[in-house]
Order: sequence, then C-alpha cells, then structure tokens
Amino acid sequence: MAGNLITYRECIKQAIREALLADERVFMMGEDVGHYGGAFAVSKNLLQEFGPERIMDTPLSEAGFVGAGIGAALGGMRPIVEIMTVNFSLLALDQIANNAATLLHMSGGQFNVPLVIRMSTGIGRQLAAQHSHSWEPLFAHLPGLRILSAGTHEDARHMLAPALADPDPVIIFEYTSLLNMEKELPEDLTGVDIQKAKVRREGKDISIFTYGTGVYKSLTAAEELAQAGIEVEVVDLRVLRPLDEETIVASVTKTNRAFVVEDASKSVSVSSEVSARIMERCFYELDAPVQRLCGAEVPIPYPKHLEDASVPQPAQIVSAIKTLLQHA
Amino acid sequence: MLEYKMPSLGADMESGFLREWHVKPGDRIRKGDIIAEVETQKGIIEIEVFEEGIIGELLVNLDEQVPVGRSMATILTEEEAASGKAIPAAGVKAPIPETAAQAVPAEEGAQRAEGPAIPEHAPESHHIRASPLAKRVAAEKGIDIATVHGTGPEGAITRDDVEHAIAAQAAPAKAAREAKEEAPAKPAIPKEKTPTPATIPDTKAEVASPSIPEPAAPIPTAKASASADTIRMAVAAAMGKSNREIPHYYLETKIDMSKALAWLSETNKQRPVKERLLPAALLIKAVAKALNDIPELNATWENGLQRKELINVGYVVALRTGGIMVPTIHETDTKTLDEIMQALNDLIPRARALRLRSSELADSTITVTSLGEAGVEVVYGVIYPPQVALVGFGGITEQPWSENGMLTVRPILTATLAADHRASDGSTGSKFLTAIKNYLQQPDKL
Amino acid sequence: MTSEEIKQTLLQQLKGIAPDTEPEQLQPDDNIRQTLGIDSFDYLQFMVALDEKFGIQTPEEDYGKIQTLRELTEYIEANVKN
Repeated sequence: MAGNLITYRECIKQAIREALLADERVFMMGEDVGHYGGAFAVSKNLLQEFGPERIMDTPLSEAGFVGAGIGAALGGMRPIVEIMTVNFSLLALDQIANNAATLLHMSGGQFNVPLVIRMSTGIGRQLAAQHSHSWEPLFAHLPGLRILSAGTHEDARHMLAPALADPDPVIIFEYTSLLNMEKELPEDLTGVDIQKAKVRREGKDISIFTYGTGVYKSLTAAEELAQAGIEVEVVDLRVLRPLDEETIVASVTKTNRAFVVEDASKSVSVSSEVSARIMERCFYELDAPVQRLCGAEVPIPYPKHLEDASVPQPAQIVSAIKTLLQHA
Repeated sequence: MLEYKMPSLGADMESGFLREWHVKPGDRIRKGDIIAEVETQKGIIEIEVFEEGIIGELLVNLDEQVPVGRSMATILTEEEAASGKAIPAAGVKAPIPETAAQAVPAEEGAQRAEGPAIPEHAPESHHIRASPLAKRVAAEKGIDIATVHGTGPEGAITRDDVEHAIAAQAAPAKAAREAKEEAPAKPAIPKEKTPTPATIPDTKAEVASPSIPEPAAPIPTAKASASADTIRMAVAAAMGKSNREIPHYYLETKIDMSKALAWLSETNKQRPVKERLLPAALLIKAVAKALNDIPELNATWENGLQRKELINVGYVVALRTGGIMVPTIHETDTKTLDEIMQALNDLIPRARALRLRSSELADSTITVTSLGEAGVEVVYGVIYPPQVALVGFGGITEQPWSENGMLTVRPILTATLAADHRASDGSTGSKFLTAIKNYLQQPDKL
Repeated sequence: MTSEEIKQTLLQQLKGIAPDTEPEQLQPDDNIRQTLGIDSFDYLQFMVALDEKFGIQTPEEDYGKIQTLRELTEYIEANVKN
C-alpha cells in the first residue's frame, strides 16, 4: 500500500512529463521553471531531460510570457505557461482576459488559442497576503476560458492532458498547501473528464459542493459526520467554468440540502454562483436554505493561526452541517 | 401601543428560541409577569414583562429564533384593547369588551397551548415558515401545511415534518399514543425534540424556603437543550469579549475572618438547620454595603460609564458539568443576611437546573465569585461585561498573622478586585476592598 | 430503619440535590463532598434533608465527623430518636 503513495507535487510533475513526451508541440515556460526547478520544485530536473527549448525560463514579466504563450498557441504550439502564484497572474490579466479569452470570438471562430496556464493558489506555508489568495472566482467570471481546479491528486495527475487537448484556453488552479500531501493514485485511472464535476463521496442527507482545498477538507468532515449518522455527499465542482449544473442539480435533487465550501472569500464567489444556480434550478427540491462556508473577507494573514482561521476547516464544516441538520 | 422586545440576557446573547408563550392575546399583564419561556445557551429562561396592559398580538411563532431587540408581542392600553383594532380576530378572548367587532368561538382562545402562537386560521400561508420542498410535498399529498409542526432551523417545516404529519394521519391512534408519551402539550411531532417545558419541574413556588428537588422528579436528562457545550460557548463569548475589551486592573487584600466566623458559628448554633447561614451570605452583603459607599463600581461600561441605582450582586454558580451561571440577588444592599441566604437557596438550585428568569440573568451590576471551596486561596477574576468590577473570594485558611506586634494564627480570606480601568482607578478600587474588609470585621452589623 | 434503608435514603437525597452526579457509585469510605463535587450550598440542602427525613438537627461542629457514607449512616443510627 505505502509503496503507491505519491505527493501532489509529483502528480503534477508526472503530468507535465507525460505531456512533453506525448506531443512535440508541448513546451513549458515560466519564472524559474528551468534551472531552479520551479518555485515549488514541480519541474525539477525537467530542463535536464527536455532541454532549454521545451523548459523555458522567462523574465519576471507575466504579461510578456503569457502573451508569448498566446502567440505560440496561435502559431500551432501547445504551450504550458506556469504562473508562480495566482497573485502574480493579475499582471497577465490583460493577456488572459482580453486576448486568450476573446480571440476565437473576435476572429469569428477562425483562431483557437490552445493555451494551458497553471498557477499555484491558496494558502500554503505562511506566504502572506501577496502570495496566498484564492482567486478562482475572478477567472471563473470570464467567458472564453475553461477554469479547472485540481483539488485531488488524481486531478493533479490527469487534468493536464485533456486541458492540452482542448482547442481553447484552459487555466488549471493547483494548490500550494497540497504539494507535500501524499495519497494513493488509482492505478487504472488514465484520464479525467474536464467537462464534469465529480462526486467524491456519495451520501443522502446533504450535499457539499466544493473545489480545490475544500475537497479533502470536506471529505474529512464527511468522515466525521458519518460517525454521527449523517451521510454527506461531497461533490468536487472541479470545472469552475463552465459549471457542471447537471451534477449539481442531480445531487441536490437527491439530498435536498446544499452546503457550499470554498477558501475564497464569500462575496461574489464560486459559492455565490453555485448557490444561485441551485436556487434557479432546484428551489422546490430544497428542504433548507443553501448555506455557505467560505474564506474570511480579509487579505490572507501571515501568522499560522490566523492563516488557518481565514479559511474553512473540517471542524467548522462538521459543526455547520450539524447545526443545519440538528432538527431534521 | 407598546412593543415587547426580546430582552438581552447578557452580553453574550444574540438571540433566543421562543419555546412557550405564557400569555395570549387579550391577557391582562402586570409588571413582573412571566410572559414567555425563551431558550438560550444558558437554558430555558422565563422572561418577564415590565409594562402593564393587555396583550395585543403575539408576533413570534413557537420555536422561532428571535434576535435580541426584535418585537415579540404588542402590549395595548385599555382603550386600545377596547377598540379591538390591534387584536387579530382569531386571538380575541372572552374578557375583551363586547365592542370587539369580531366575536370568536370560545374554544379557540382555549386552544392556545396546543399549537403555534399565530392565530389558528392564519389567512395567508406565507406566514408559515416551511421549506420549498416541504410545501411541495404537502401540496402533492394534500396536507394542509398550516397543521404541520415545524422542527427545522428557526422552526421551519421540513419534508420530514410533513411526512410525519402524513404518517400521523394514516395512523391516528398510534400517533395519539406517541403524542401522549412524548409531548403532552403538543401534537404528534417527531421524536428527540427538546423536552417540552411542561416536563421540567416547576420551581417557581419555592421562593420562601430552601427547596430540595424531589428525587422523584429529576431534572430532565436532556438538560433542556442548553448543554454543557452551549453554556461553554456562552461563557467563552462573554469572557472573550471581556478580555478583548476591558483593561482589567487587579487589587487584593487579606481579611482576618475570625470575628465573622465566630459570629456565624454562634448564630448558627441557635438556629435550626434550615435557617443556617453560610459565609457567602456575609461576603455578598459586605460587597453590597461597600458598593453603597463606593458607587463608582456599581455600574456598567456601555458607551461610557453608566452608574446603576440598584445594587444587584450576581453570584457565580459553578455547574458540575462545566460552565457557570451568574444569577442575580436583586437589591442586595437592602436585604438582610437571612434574605440573602434565602435568595441563594432559591437561586442556586435553579441556576444548576438552568431555570432562571430573565431579570435574574440580566440585572447584575457586579459579580462575586467565591472559589474558596475548590481549595484555592486567591481568585483573579474576569469581569462579566458590561459590568465594571468583579470581586473574588478565595478559601478561608489558617495563616500566620501579625497584629500589634504579635504573631498569631488566624482564619484568613484573600479578597481580590478585578476592575475596569476605563471605569475606575486603583484608588477607588482600593477604597472598595478596604470597605469590604471593614464590614467583615463587624459581622453583627451586616 | 435499617442501615441499608438509611443509605438508600441518603443516596436518594444526594441525587435530588445533585442530579448530575452518581451517588450510587460512592464507596462507603469516599469523602462525599469531594467525590460528588458538593459545595457548601448543596451540603446545607443535604443537612436540611437529613433534618426532614430523620428529624436530626446536625450541629455545624459535627460536619467534620460525617464525611463518608459509613460515618453518616452510623451518625444517623446513633442520633435518630426511634
């Protein structure tokens, strides 16, 4: 058993390596991805294996190298662009929102942009307010993009290939706090569906909708709630844009209660969107108001205990769900 | 017309659940009447009214969660009641003068205890709090949702409630039997709800003498629904707030208790067990008298110092299951030692049973904690906001004591003051502790 | 009244005063107040109960002599009138 354990970091690395081996048009670029091996050591030794033309260190200029990635994609390549953390991605937001997301539309369907952008997200190791945010909702707002969130090892391992196969721009959010976490990977799994959300645990009493770091936290909470006789269904949204409404509707129809968990702050977030869709599609299935547990409305603090307090933790999920179900 | 609002029963309270109405529209009420029972983190509290008049409308449903400050009922003057305007037709009761336009079958008034406090025939179903699913299922099954008892969050009707109601209709005999066993005052509702107030021993009548709960009528095992956890959370909220907001300063002094104990022992010798005094009664009285001399500490800090006219000492009662309750001894300075002892004998068992009234939880103007029995010598307390002072008494222990240049052994009590430095300064606190010390040297004058 | 009956009455009274404790777990020589967490108020109630059930007025100076179930039972047997 223990022999099959693999870190989240290694999952990402294997995915990149597999992509580089599978298709000559694939290359990766970003800050420190080559000689340094990646800020989070994800691409360690890949430069040695694949050479400087396929593992490309870039200047510290997000707008520049994301723009270059878009150009390469338009020119027939399959670039993987790594942005070190989500906070820095805002420097490239013009390229992402105004170019990558719009060119197919602006060209009347002539030019696809088969670009994949990966970025580290969320709190990690006390990296404070300028390196730790959960800004998936900002990107999930933008039409023309597919937004993926790799909340599990299997998605970290298997999302990249279908993302590269997508003819349009895809952003994959990876999670700093998961990098060292070890899990077993199902061996028979060869790919994941980047159109659909994924039910990670079946249950009948309440559905948790979550993504990213919320997935393992919700599974931990579900395990504990099971001890109390509450059967929680955990749905990993996984595709934040376009949202997989059908999986959401099916789960709410089954459990009649919905609880949304995310690290991002509550206002104008993925959970707001999920909550609204449930209201639009499943109002008459609801046996309780949709409830949410989200990140605090603060820039992420530096001290560990405040960092922990700024995002949902399993114990809070357990307690909130017990409260929601206490009379049922 | 006045509005009766959910009272705050402490700085830590944000809302409470209405569990029982003691009045109905048309009832005449007087100052001090208990009009409802409200469940808080500290148990089921009987809440009192401080107005006179006639109950107009009850604005809150049973089991509804009511934030502090929200209107719960309207209170009418005689004239308003006579005009009948503000009273919903279905709730009008016989005593209302015949000018009340809409007469109502007599039994409706009498049914109040059976169901929600809203008028039985609520004209619109939008007054009913039910989940969309519950409404849909009720409509599909042809159940009148107004007849279903809600057990969901804030008393909302859930699908389970509707299905229980359907099951109850299908097997009326069985349901009736269950209802009898489980909830005497209510229709058949699903199991495991909080115990209805009717099953909790009534201790109201036992004010006069020390009361011993009959073993045959134990406190409900579910402890109302305030559990050790919810009480813990209430204490946590109040103490957290205190430590965050109140700049405490601490003073302490040692008090020779030999005169007080000798007097107590002599007094108790001449009394039957029932009328004996405990040292706590002396300590509480001494605090109250000292407050009379130094009124700056009998106050709250809410947007500045608010001095309080009445001296109401709150006394900390430790619960064996964890947590504390702080019942109030009203107008402590005007009470005799016997009256203070009677108050303690009444309050302490009710505090332990989580059966206190709103005024007993909310009116304290200072807190006294006496941890001596637990074996410690000194207590440095945390002020119960918004109060500005807390007096702590340690245990009485024999200690070397020098007096007039001679060393002897005396029973010594260490008294501490934790006070809010926004409200008072060390010299005030010092005068106050010294006053307590002096009063305890003249026990016969307490 | 037999000593067993006295003991049962004592346990019943303790349970009434401190419903959240388990007096039946008391060993004959356990210190009652310490074991059950009985404070001076509870203890006074208990003394009142002894007065009502057995008709004995326990002087304060005797409190120290009746700290266990065994001592209490013997004390009551010795002091009960009939």
